[in-house]
Amino acid sequence: MTKGRFGIHGGQYIPETLMNEIIRLEEAYEFYKKDPEFNRELEELLKNYAGRPSLLYYAKKMTEDLGGAKIYLKREDLNHTGSHKINNVLGQVLMAKKMGKTRVIAETGAGQHGVACATAAALLGLECEIFMGKEDTDRQALNVYRMKLLGAKVHPVTTGTMTLKDAVNETMREWTNRVEDTHYVLGSVMGPHPFPTIVRDFQSVISKEAREQILEYEGKLPAAVLACVGGGSNAMGMFYNFIQDEGVKLIGCEAAGKGVDTQLHAATIAKGSLGVFHGMKSYFCQDQYGQIAPVYSISAGLDYPGIGPEHAHLYDTGRAQYVPVTDEEAVQAFEYLARTEGIICAIESAHAVAYARKLAPTMSPEECMIICLSGRGDKDVAAIARYRGENISE
Amino acid sequence: MNRIAKAFENKKAFIAFLTAGDPNLAATEEYILEMEKAGADLIEIGIPFSDPIAEGPVIQEADLRALSAGTTTDQIFEMVKSVRKKTEIPLIFMTYLNPVFHYGYDEFFSRCKEAGIDGIIIPDLPFEEKEEVDAVSSAYDVTLISMIAPTSEERIAQIAGQAKGFLYVVSSMGVTGMRSEIKTDLDSMLLKIRQATDVPAAVGFGIHTPAQAADIAKKADGVIVGSALVKLIAQYGSHAHQQVYTYVRMMKDAIS
Repeated sequence: MTKGRFGIHGGQYIPETLMNEIIRLEEAYEFYKKDPEFNRELEELLKNYAGRPSLLYYAKKMTEDLGGAKIYLKREDLNHTGSHKINNVLGQVLMAKKMGKTRVIAETGAGQHGVACATAAALLGLECEIFMGKEDTDRQALNVYRMKLLGAKVHPVTTGTMTLKDAVNETMREWTNRVEDTHYVLGSVMGPHPFPTIVRDFQSVISKEAREQILEYEGKLPAAVLACVGGGSNAMGMFYNFIQDEGVKLIGCEAAGKGVDTQLHAATIAKGSLGVFHGMKSYFCQDQYGQIAPVYSISAGLDYPGIGPEHAHLYDTGRAQYVPVTDEEAVQAFEYLARTEGIICAIESAHAVAYARKLAPTMSPEECMIICLSGRGDKDVAAIARYRGENISE
Repeated sequence: MNRIAKAFENKKAFIAFLTAGDPNLAATEEYILEMEKAGADLIEIGIPFSDPIAEGPVIQEADLRALSAGTTTDQIFEMVKSVRKKTEIPLIFMTYLNPVFHYGYDEFFSRCKEAGIDGIIIPDLPFEEKEEVDAVSSAYDVTLISMIAPTSEERIAQIAGQAKGFLYVVSSMGVTGMRSEIKTDLDSMLLKIRQATDVPAAVGFGIHTPAQAADIAKKADGVIVGSALVKLIAQYGSHAHQQVYTYVRMMKDAIS
């Protein structure tokens, strides 16, 4: 087996033009991850700029309402820029700068990764260009303007389904065009090796903190941790430091859109099959000839036809389970969390909240669970209003 | 001597690309024969893919047209079988790994052999991952063509050292598509290739004028043209025979 494998998944399936750069990136990462100076700077940024550690919040009202396991929320929504994406971006952009890069490019779905990337680039003084599906620039107009305010150039992508997968295609094409001075800040635990490992390592701060916090508050490990999964970066971050703890169930919640029995979903584990795309072997939604399927979710951040290779491996080995959550369930959970806890979370994160609402009542009050609240929901308010038949101007 | 080697025998090879099923497979078959008649030495047949990350807009759109028209891998095999009865020109598939992987390597390459395909180019299968395919493709006498890019540098010796059929030398950074100027230092790339192998080297990406082709042919063993032909087919649809013939003829003359 070749490099960067998680079981049979992963690998480096990219054009030759990018191979030397990927090899250089791997070498740089191996160096910087052990470099005390790099780690000191990153820690400083995470603490004083991103606002880490993020809170582990006991959702008392939700717990009482559901009448089962104690529910904790890992509040990644409270990070600077409003989501977990900043964890990975600060690491990658800082590394890019040290590698001598002067420009970063990135794909974005909901715009959270794009905003985080534009933010880090502004702070660290790098040029930034973001590729975002035209469909998503329309439904996440607020984030597009945020990126522009931060000095980034946003390219609406009009090819294919005009969503996240097409944004990744276009960013990869741009990287082959200009690689010398440019780093591609991949936003999820996907793509060719070493990206799935780099992004997972930078995101693993979520479970490193959460594990310490829950042991402090409860004196024991959670029975389950839950996170939404598109490419899977917040889930991988939330799972990583619990993988060795066999008693902790790892549950990824994928976007079932209008339902897994319809054509309109992005439920890769439930409905996908093994394939090779975007640099990695993993599971993908595709047709009988290996054409990548158009996928759908109300959530732009989960609207992706694949899943990171380490998730695919956790699924193969049975260590993690993946459950589909529909648009309607996610919207209800979005509203529920707002009313019950006074927290407006991202529609992506609401997929995990939705499954927690089903799971918690089946568990004992002696047990606890952690839901990763990957982002905040300001960006989604107008879309949810539209979903409910109300037209508000942003 | 196999068909690919013949394409480079005592001449500069003109390699023409088209997307299978754009605008339909009957036209694709006719255009392959037209290209041969006009002097093409080898034909690259693109199996359309939903997400062709190494392609510029012209070939992306061709893939989309072919897929929207319902073109499938099975139908492409049938078309190749049919055209193979009429010609001995080397035919090479160019596609992405997923359509091949998902079809099943063994099934895919056995059908290639049965249909008369000589080789395959897979831009998202770099040297590091090629073993996965090479063992199976070789077993069915389908040559896996390797690519070398302007960024390959010290990788050239490694890639060229194991190359078979011919080497696809990528002339420029970025994706496929017509360029006004080829800026890469092809001389030094080709020199490194020659030091590592006797396998012919053909240059592609960006070439569309006779002058460019003539210039490249002075240095390389073959010239690959894709987007310019696909653009003609986009423009004239299923009535592009004359245009395809004239263009291939002009380019072949320029390198002869």
